[in-house]
Amino acid sequence: MKRVVITGAGTINALGGDVPSTLEAMREGRCGIGPLEFRDVERLSIRIGGQVKGYDAEAAFNRQQLSLYDRVTQFTLIAAREAIGQSGLEFSGELAARAGVILGNSGGGMTTLDENYRSVYEDGKNRVHPFVVPKLMNNAAASHVSMEFNLKGPSFTVSTACASSNHAMAQAFQMVHGGLAPVMVTGGSESMLCFGGVKAWEGLRVMSKDACRPFSANRNGMVQGEGAGIFVFEDYEHARARGAEIMAEVIGHAMSSDAADIVMPSKQGAARAIAGAMQDARVNPEDVGYINAHGTGTAANDKTESAAVADVFGAHADNLMMSSTKSMHGHLIGGTGAVELLACIMALRDGIIAPTIGYQEPDPECALDVVPNVAREAKVEVALSNAFAFGGLNAVLALRRFA
Amino acid sequence: MDIEKRVISIIAEQAMLEPSDVTLDSSLEDLGIDSLGLVEAIFAIEEAFDINVPFNANEPSESDFDISSVRSIMDGIQRLIKEQS
Repeated sequence: MKRVVITGAGTINALGGDVPSTLEAMREGRCGIGPLEFRDVERLSIRIGGQVKGYDAEAAFNRQQLSLYDRVTQFTLIAAREAIGQSGLEFSGELAARAGVILGNSGGGMTTLDENYRSVYEDGKNRVHPFVVPKLMNNAAASHVSMEFNLKGPSFTVSTACASSNHAMAQAFQMVHGGLAPVMVTGGSESMLCFGGVKAWEGLRVMSKDACRPFSANRNGMVQGEGAGIFVFEDYEHARARGAEIMAEVIGHAMSSDAADIVMPSKQGAARAIAGAMQDARVNPEDVGYINAHGTGTAANDKTESAAVADVFGAHADNLMMSSTKSMHGHLIGGTGAVELLACIMALRDGIIAPTIGYQEPDPECALDVVPNVAREAKVEVALSNAFAFGGLNAVLALRRFA
Repeated sequence: MDIEKRVISIIAEQAMLEPSDVTLDSSLEDLGIDSLGLVEAIFAIEEAFDINVPFNANEPSESDFDISSVRSIMDGIQRLIKEQS
């Protein structure tokens, strides 16, 4: 089997417009969550989010592109440009024919859907722009990445709610690991911060009105974010032959389904995915130094996740660090695992553990080292990234420091 | 229909029971209503009485709306109707 390494990373999210600024914000424990700004926000009871602000779409795309790209596609392309640019890869000939793109997202072009429903239902218009369908379809972002970078191999979109991008990256890993493709572009994106998007979430009564405080006893719900995280997964031999800079190695993954409840998480389902990822990566529990938690800041997730980690790791649970960066960038739903993978890369490559900010009160049901409020220096050999979706669909990735 | 009958009918429907099986002292737990059922029942109450119920599923005990029994829910609704009318 082929070893799989990461040779490029890109992002745009509430913490920054690229990877260096995002990692800097994570190191500093900066919060990207603030008041939401969009039409009709005053009709919402939830008015905060990790929104991408000061964003100039026209600086990145021309008029013709903008008529075809929903906000989620724009974010994806911006992140893909950074990731592929960093990798130094150009796709032509045999490489282009074999390299593909697998991305996760949950809502597709939600802003496009929202704007056009408003136009026909509220404004009573009977005509919509001809590109509504190609803008809102869930695979639009993956398709535009394939077109911009000439990726002609296996390409598709994975939609498993909050685990979408982890499931997508697991698939991309398998493609490279199994020799089906020398390079895969992967990750995920989401942009649901529009009136209809937030209104739908409000209905479930799990959103916080003030802050995302994962693992803190006074946590009161999740806060949504938006943006994209894109990576270049490459066959190690291919990367080495061209002298590429390697950020980290992806060494395994596991997926599981709770088969239990459409919204409540299951300790067993989460534990099976965590243990499965370590088994697939052939690492022992004591090799794992850092876990990027799913850590949504809901009462249910955080205690279930803490219990699952305690079960899987036994005594070693007290020695490892587990933080939730959602406290800073919010929950990017289908894109969240991708942005969070950056925290794993920072832990492995730079030896800096991103904190869980907003942490105020210890919760005996979440009694792990959640790296409260302040980043920490530590040498980490193996990191895991958890994602546990609504619908009980779980995916965990395992990464190793590349030395 | 008075408030009591309407609340009982909403809760009975959520619990898939006959209204006669729901008493003012029943707790939602007794009636087999889970967290998702609770959120749906609160939505139905808001729609029926045209009120906003302050309820966050993450901290049900800290929400300013007591869901411990059918009676406490009814009292809460009466208070909210007064406050919000």
